[in-house]
Amino acid sequence: MNAPAKKLKVATTSLAGCFGCHMSFLDIDERLFTLLDHIEFDRSPLTDIKTCSPDCDIGIIEGGLCNAENVHVLREFRKNCKTLIAIGACAINGGLPAQRNHLPLTVILEEVYHTSPGLANGMVPNDPELPLPLNQVHPIHEVVKVDYFIPGCPPSGDAIWKVLTDLLAGREPQLGHGLMHYD
Amino acid sequence: MSQTFTLDGQSIPFADGQTILQAATAAGVFIPHLCYHPEFKPHGSCKLCTVKINGRQTASCTMRAIPGMSVESDTEEINAERRALLQMLFVEGNHFCPACEQSGNCQLQATAYRLGMMSPHFDHFFPSRAVDASHPDTLLDFNRCILCSLCVRASRDVDGKNVFALSGRGIRTRLIVNAKSGRLADTDFSPTDKAAEVCPVGVFLKKRRGFVVPIGERRYDKAPIGAAAEEV
Repeated sequence: MNAPAKKLKVATTSLAGCFGCHMSFLDIDERLFTLLDHIEFDRSPLTDIKTCSPDCDIGIIEGGLCNAENVHVLREFRKNCKTLIAIGACAINGGLPAQRNHLPLTVILEEVYHTSPGLANGMVPNDPELPLPLNQVHPIHEVVKVDYFIPGCPPSGDAIWKVLTDLLAGREPQLGHGLMHYD
Repeated sequence: MSQTFTLDGQSIPFADGQTILQAATAAGVFIPHLCYHPEFKPHGSCKLCTVKINGRQTASCTMRAIPGMSVESDTEEINAERRALLQMLFVEGNHFCPACEQSGNCQLQATAYRLGMMSPHFDHFFPSRAVDASHPDTLLDFNRCILCSLCVRASRDVDGKNVFALSGRGIRTRLIVNAKSGRLADTDFSPTDKAAEVCPVGVFLKKRRGFVVPIGERRYDKAPIGAAAEEV
């Protein structure tokens, strides 16, 4: 890959995720340096920048939507990124957090804060700074248009590298057998 | 077998009474399918094996081969429709592969890999379905059921037990256990039954055996679905 005149701006975030996909992203190891010849990071846990620049080229979203803040951040990414990529099972189908979806939210809060053994005078947190939980956890494509998906829990570093290098080279990303995993 | 039809331009020989899917499989051509199993009468319900014959779509597991017919299967148009069917199967149930013991051995998942299903596309139903853990050796996880009826057919036609049935209609159709209590433990089901082995997804889970083969070293981790058929 020849270095382009202008580096692409890449923003990343983890919503209702575990940062496992970000860890897997770091598994591209020294290829990160090659990548940095072509991109610069904007908003991301890697830079600690808190808001997206309005001219981001690629947004990478880990995790689904479990609260109002997740939705807010997702919409900020969609608004500021030309291309949006959903990374990992949680962004794609809700994943592990969506296992709560068949339980009413009030029942879950009751159990976690009131009725679990060992809790005394527990109360459901209601600080105004805390984002309100959604009734159900949703994958991100149910709220905004998503351009590309990298499935896996997490996707391997190689799968992430393949999609990013395909995109940087102007190719339609293809994973194929071995890199394509839902687990 | 002097009679032939063409499948994606390739000449496929067939015997009288063979379906398109049977003849294609015998000739080493893979047509994606979920509710079809070579040992059972075709059910024609999952529609994954849909092909186009003379401009019309039909299920290749139920359609008998006719001399000279022209069949399209591995085309972008048909594969896009197959992907849409897979996406609907995924969102109708609760298919969380990372937490599923069947991951890597699952035909639904492997077919989705092969057809390049990158996302579920549709909104998820997140249905509420209880598991049946009553049996000492087998767990039934109905969250993954795609209503292919293979366990129903196997239990009835091979095991001679009639343990399973599809109940209800339309979107309310569900797999039920034939016992007054509705529990697997109250039937004469045995984990060695044919019914336990034919599930194309992960409804039938052998207890205490889930991770004997680690994820990453399973059947479809090693080779894509259909690869064995193509080696014929």
